[in-house]
Parts: sequence; C-alpha cells; structure tokens
Amino acid sequence: MPSTFSYAFDTPAYKGTATINTGLFIGGQWVDPVEPATIDVVNPSTGKAITPISAGSSKDVDIAVAAAKKAYKTAWGLKCPGVTRGKLMNKLADLIEQNIDEFAALEALNGGKAYGVAKSVDIGGAIAVIRYYAGWADKVQGKTIETNENKLAYTRHEPYGVVGQIIPWNFPMGMLSWKVGPALATGNTIVLKPSEITPLTALKFAGLINEAGFPPGVVNIVNGYGHTVGQAISEHPVIEKIAFTGSTLTGRKILKAAAETNLKVVTLELGGKSPTIIFDDADLEQAIKWSAHGIFFNMGQCCTAASRIFIQEGIYDKFLEQFTAIAKGLGDSTGDPFEQGTKHGPQISQTQFDRVMGYIESGKADGAKVAIGGERYGEEGYFIKPTIFTDCTPNMKIVREEIFGPVCAVIKFKTEEEVIELANDTVYGLACNIFSENSSRAIRVAHALEAGSAFVNCAQATEMFVPFGGFKQSGIGRELGEYAIDTYTQVKGVHINIGIKL
Amino acid sequence: MPSTFSYTFDTPAYKGTATINTGLFIGGEWVDPVEPATIDVINPVNGKVITAIAAGSSKDVDIAVAAAHKAFKTSWGLKCPGATRGRLLNKLADLMEENIDELTALEALDVGKVFTLARGTEIPASIKCIRYFAGWADKIQGKSIETTENKLAYTRHEPYGVVGQIIPWNVPMVMLSWKVGPALATGNTILLKPSEITPLSALKFADLVNQAGFPPGVFNIVNGYGHSVGQAISEHPAITKLSFTGSTFTGRKILKAAAETNLKVVTLELGGKSPTIIFDDADLEQAIKWASHGIFFNMGQACTAGSRIFVQEGIYDQFLAKFTAVAKALGDAIGDPFSPTTRHGPQVSQAQFDRIMSYIEVGKAEGGKVVIGGERHGEEGYFIKPTIFTNCTTDMKIVQEEIFGPVCAVMKFKTEEEAIELGNDTIYGLGCNIFTENTSRAIRVAHAMETGSAWVNHAHIPELSVPFGGYKQSGIGRELGEYALETYTQVKGVHINIGTRL
Repeated sequence: MPSTFSYAFDTPAYKGTATINTGLFIGGQWVDPVEPATIDVVNPSTGKAITPISAGSSKDVDIAVAAAKKAYKTAWGLKCPGVTRGKLMNKLADLIEQNIDEFAALEALNGGKAYGVAKSVDIGGAIAVIRYYAGWADKVQGKTIETNENKLAYTRHEPYGVVGQIIPWNFPMGMLSWKVGPALATGNTIVLKPSEITPLTALKFAGLINEAGFPPGVVNIVNGYGHTVGQAISEHPVIEKIAFTGSTLTGRKILKAAAETNLKVVTLELGGKSPTIIFDDADLEQAIKWSAHGIFFNMGQCCTAASRIFIQEGIYDKFLEQFTAIAKGLGDSTGDPFEQGTKHGPQISQTQFDRVMGYIESGKADGAKVAIGGERYGEEGYFIKPTIFTDCTPNMKIVREEIFGPVCAVIKFKTEEEVIELANDTVYGLACNIFSENSSRAIRVAHALEAGSAFVNCAQATEMFVPFGGFKQSGIGRELGEYAIDTYTQVKGVHINIGIKL
Repeated sequence: MPSTFSYTFDTPAYKGTATINTGLFIGGEWVDPVEPATIDVINPVNGKVITAIAAGSSKDVDIAVAAAHKAFKTSWGLKCPGATRGRLLNKLADLMEENIDELTALEALDVGKVFTLARGTEIPASIKCIRYFAGWADKIQGKSIETTENKLAYTRHEPYGVVGQIIPWNVPMVMLSWKVGPALATGNTILLKPSEITPLSALKFADLVNQAGFPPGVFNIVNGYGHSVGQAISEHPAITKLSFTGSTFTGRKILKAAAETNLKVVTLELGGKSPTIIFDDADLEQAIKWASHGIFFNMGQACTAGSRIFVQEGIYDQFLAKFTAVAKALGDAIGDPFSPTTRHGPQVSQAQFDRIMSYIEVGKAEGGKVVIGGERHGEEGYFIKPTIFTNCTTDMKIVQEEIFGPVCAVMKFKTEEEAIELGNDTIYGLGCNIFTENTSRAIRVAHAMETGSAWVNHAHIPELSVPFGGYKQSGIGRELGEYALETYTQVKGVHINIGTRL
C-alpha cells in the first residue's frame, strides 16, 4: 500500500501543507511497484532529501499499458465523445486551480523555483494549457475530399490509442500540461513518466484525476529512471506514439528504440543553443531586459535558453555594461525559493550543477573572459551565479554545446548577413530572439534563422496557441496550438465507392 | 562520360525506341560515379540483362547533396516563388505526357508490368500526381494566430532544404511522382535513389527535368544499392528530411540511422498485410472482381495488396468457386508484358521469386490448401501463377507475413465483430477493403480497422487528393493530398512583440 507524504510549509511566501501519494498511479489506483524500489527526491536549495517516491520498472509499465489500453477500448478514445473529454479536462483544470498554492509550493520546493514564479508561470501556465486543450476536444476534424462523383472520400483524425509521454525536470507541471492536454483532448490514453528528479507535482496531479471523473486507466503515472521505465515505454509494442522532452542524447535513444521495436511514431523536443541577436537600432533597454530573461529565466534551465548573445558592434560596450549590471542584480537576489525577493534559485541537482560548473571551467580554459559570475553561490545546495562570458569564438564548447545553466556567451557582429550565418552555425534549431526596431529586418532575420520559433523584440515568450518545436537536432514534430492535435492523431483515408463497377 | 542506352521495342503493344542516359544525374549533369561501378538491370521476363547502369557510392551522395544544398540556397527554396515552382512542375508533366510511351515501355520492360495496364493507368497516374502537386506549389499556407493584442504571431511552413528520397521497384514512376511532386512543390531540393532493380524510368525522367527548366541541383539521382547509397542518404548530416517507401525491415534501418546521426525527420511507407472483408450482403460479383484486383494487381507487388481475404460463411463457397475461376482466367493470361492478351506478368526479380515460392512452400507445409496456382509458370523468367490458399489459420506465416506476390489466404468468418478482430490481428495497418451493401456496417468496419486507408466496395484505389500512409508497423507519416505538404515542410512559429514592455 503506497504511502502519502505531507510537507508543512512555514515560509514567508507560503504557509500550508501539501500532501501527495508517493506510489504509482495505474488504472485509477495508487499501487506499489511490482518490485519494491524507491527514489529519493532532493531539495536543490539544500541538497537534502525531501521524500522517497516509488520507482517502477518495465513490469509496472506493462501493467500501466494494459490498463491504458483497456480504458482506450472501453471508456475513452472515440467511445467517449469529445464534448465529454473536454468537460473532464476543464474539471481537472479547475481542481488544479483550487489547489494552486499546494502545487506551486511543491514545484518551488522540488524545482528550486521562486514560489511566486512557480505559482503564476509554472502552475498558472499549466492550468491554462489544459483548459486550452479542453476546448479542442470536440473540434478534432478531418476533411471531405473531392475526387470524382463515384466516390465519397474523407479523412478521420483518429487517436493512436495508448501514448507514452516522458517529461523533463525543468518545468514539471508545464511540461506535463503540454503533453497531457492534447493527448487527452484527442482521445488517447496515457502512460506518463515524470522526471525522477521532480515527480512531486505530477503525483499531486494524479491525485486529482479520479476526482475530475476520468475513467480509470485513462491517465497513468509510472515514476522511475529513464533507463528502466523510459526505455520500457520506448520499446513497448502496444504504445503506438511516444512524446519526449529532454536531452538530445536521450532523444536519440528513444528514436532508436522505436526503430528497433514497433516503429511507434516519435515526437521529440530536445536541446537548443538559441541565439539572441541585438541590432544597433534595437530598443536597447528593452533588449537587455529580454536578453536577461532569455538566459537567466529558470536559472538557464530552458530548452529555449538564449545562451549565445550576438551584439552588433556599435552598441556592444553599452550592452555589455548594462547587461552585466542586470546579471549582478539577479545574482544579488539569489536565495531560497520561499524567501521574498528571491529572483534566482539553484540548479536542479548535483549532476546539473557539476555539468554547468564544468562548462564554466571549460570556457575559462578556452580563453573566454568571465564578465560576471563564473562560480558557485554559497555553500549549500546547487546555486550558481548568473554568468556572462565575453571574448568567445564560435568553436568554443561554451558556444557550441548546450549548457542548461545561467551561463551565456556574448559575441560581437558587424552585419545582418554575418549574424545570420553565425546564429545558424549550430546543430540545434529551437528558438531565436531578434531585437531591432526595423520591422523588415527583424522579419527577414526571423525568416532566415533555422529555428522552430522566432521571437522578435521579445524572448522566451512561448504561447500555447502557437506551435513549438525544433528544426535540425532540436527535435521532431510540433507541440502546442492546433498543430498538437495533428501530433496526437493518425490520419485514416476512407474511400467509399458509390458508383464504380468493374 | 556516362553512356546512353537505347532499346528498340518491336512488340504488338508498342513499337518505338526508348533512350536513356545510364549515369548519375547530379547538378543538372550526367556524371560518372567517383568510383566506377555498374549494376545490371534485368528483364524479369527472361532473366537476361537489359543494360548496365552507373552505380554510385556515398561519395556521389556527398556531391549530390552539395549540389542540392547549393540549389536550395540560391535558386530554389523560397528564393523561387511557388508559382514558378508550379509552372516548372506542370512543364515537367507535359514533357512526361509527350514521352509517355517511352516511359511506359521502359517501365514495362524493367518491371515486367503489363504494358497496356501501365499505359492506361499507372504512368498517367504519375503524370497526374506531378500536376496535382504543381497546383499546390503556390498555396503553401501557415496561420496567423490570435494570442494577445501585444503580439503578432504566425506560422510559416518552410521547406526542409535537401530531402532524401528512396523509392521501391514495384511501381517506380508512381512512387517517384508521389515523392518528387510534393517535395518540389514545397520548395525542397531532392536527392533521389531509385531502386537499383528498376532505375530505367527514373533515368528517363531525369532528362525531362533538365528540359523542363529546373535549375541545376534541384533534382538529383544517384542510383546504387541500399546498403551504400541508401545508407549514405540516411546518415547524411545535410539532409534534414528523408522519405522512404519499401520494406519494413529497411525502414527500421533508416529510422535507426536518423536516430544515430542528425535526427533527420523520417517518413516511412512500409509493408502491409491488408485484409479484404466480404460480408454476405455484398454485391458478390463485384466483390470478387475487386478482391482479385486487390491481390493480383501488379502480381501482388503492392504495399496495399489485399492478401488476407475474409469471407462471411454464408457466401464462402460461392465466393471461393467464382474467385478461383477469376484466378484461373488470370493464370491463363500469363505472358510477356508487351503481348496484348497478357494480364499477368513475372515477379520483378529472382530474389522476389525465390521469396514468394518459399512462402508458398511454407504455406503448404503449415497445412494450407492450394486451391489454384502454388507454382511457377513456365521455364524462363520469374512467373508465378495466381495462388489461392484455403484452410488457413491466423497464426500461419502466410497469414501474418507480407509475401508481396500473387498469393492470398482465404478465411471464413461469422460476425462483424469477429471480422474486425481478425482484420486487425496483424502488426501492419496499411489498407483494408470492405464489401457490403449495408452502408452503416461498411462505415463502422472502416472506422474500426486499424489502417491508414479503408476502401469500401472497392479495393486499393488510392487518390492523389486523399492522404495515404500506415498505422502500426506499416509506416510513419502521410503522403498524397494536402497532407503531403505538411510532410515536406517544417513549422516555424514567429512571435512579434508589438507592445509588451518589460
């Protein structure tokens, strides 16, 4: 019988108790894994364990998939009208909202995010996404297609059945909503693996599914490691569709597993090395604020982190001076997620901390200059100071590889053509941010950059209505917007002969 | 300097000379492979060599990709307006029309296709496909998306750049047109590898591409083997999209190569074991004719071949008697593709012949009963008689595995539910053919079948305007129709800030 875990918060930002079940959520029930195992969830602000949670294995994936398949065949899929699916999803969104403080507290505790940001951006955003897709649920449409008068031809956009979903640790509830929203709206059932680093809000979410009225087995949550639970999901013969957000390295493994098993359709949202480009005719003050948001938001732990900043030479010195001041201000507001005034938190884990610090050392070793930061903050937890490197060249590791921390490389450029070439010189293609008050130029550059999202005069400004995904090695497929409905449906062409005789 | 090859046809069905260049077609020029090598093209009617053609290697793939990339950046892609792309495609279709007899004759010779059938339907279909996509070329559309009044957000559906395309030997010109049409319409440049078994019509086509006025490098052909040229295409870092039609076995290799290299987006059209389902209220005479077309068209060498035939018990005996008679008549019309009375030709190669014959032997060994056929026809070439197995059970190899020959398994069923279950009992999901005069039942069953296409009261007649592709292990992605435009474009979301200030 899985245990519940309660955490009493007594902090300036939040006072209250949050309770979750720590088991696996399969077939509408909280269950223990077939083989007892747990994973400790760590508080990144202190490095101390918060609670263990159940860790599943491939055996639990099998059970979850069976429950999801059964639900799909009997109580969900197209047996459940879109209108009903939407209503349940709206109810679920309402329940999350009713519990928003608990969700935000758990997310801030587990993710090291400032509580206020966790509440408005992470949890608020997730609620909005679920409501958005609730509205799509009864609007899944195919086409009728003219061929000739002897045939009725139309398409159906049908759910896949059981979809596997694997989400990362940087925006646990946000990422959960991006996955669960469109999958449920289109009639799929789900086996979801949260990140084993940040499972708490997913477990809280699971606790609301029954209350919202979803039939058992529609949403199943199996916590565990990537190499066990994640691998089992990628290989499962009954799962026809898998969606993954995470590292490019793991994305390759998942696609390979699909190729070697049942050719399940794979959507991948992977890494990035997104450029911010600031022309000398930009609104510099705004550009600097957006640039800071672009790299330092969530401690740089964003797939769209704008970690390469290209500045046209005319404004370079002014930019660097003011940008460094902002980074300093952020560094001075480093602290516990539940302290008022905290604007910069820890990296998520020891591993990530080591990785980011390793890149910082590599930058220094390669001859880049640290304008600010470049070191740990404090003695406890995984805090790293906002860091700016200058004197960077395109072949440095810190310019080519995804760091996923509050570390950016600032580079000078001369012309529009040059910066397009520099910006596209990467295996990645997730996002780009362009600052210029000349609209024609801004749009020209947005169009020329090989990236799935282009932001003009803003940064990290993803919208749930607008499709999101990678060019090149940043991913395959699109999430968000109406496009996500295509991601979670498969097209059947139906041809009805109404007049041809052989 | 590559050589040309001319073949003079003096047959009842066609008299004339067809001339092709046997080299590689790269950058608008006929070139020799970097490392001299050739492949013999065999006439399946007699097993004799028609001609040798140049065979490329990964080195030629590199040169072709460079040419295609250069063309994309300078004279194609979005530098060439859609209207111009469409005009060139229409011109190409016109040239194909002017050369239709030569194209057909080469196809019939190379593949062993019945000339009159190829001339009447297949080759015209490939021309229509090019025209169909010519019409789409200036109608590529994204969306403008409402978010807030402070943002202009829209999507662009941009070409990938260089796309790799690998096509099979069963309907070479049709497969070429399904690939080349949408790829060029959307602004991509192409590196195409025809099947090394059936390269002749593609080589004729390449000549027409130049004549039509396409800039050099827009369309390139590198002939060669799957394990060399095909593999090089799947691994190439400058190819961001690959589209393949062929065996599920090779499809897996391609997806795996994508996973291990640059995560290029992969579309796969793979094998099938499509069911024909005949209810007792079907128009039986029509159903029999269509069932025969379903399995014996192109000597069973169709991805959508209706190779499992399920007949409701009430009409089983009647069906079998008449269907056997139809198969017998077909068997009596076996002959040279260029003879006007021929309705059934050879299998395409020795390897395919051996494969099908071994399935026939396995079927007998597993207890299937040969009602008609089940053996070679004649002494020369790769002819196999139309074959019907009865007494089949669902676990037999001839019922589960794709044979890709004129061999079907006929089985009985009682109820609609049973037919659906039996029909879906396969790892494949490409097509299904349903015969009943009860419309509700027909549509119910069409909707319940786990296949990308469903044909009611006819069998495997794809339409250019209706999407085509596989469920389950029959493939990933869709071709044809407007849906193909999505297959050959990647979505960029552009967010323009017109009022938010930080």
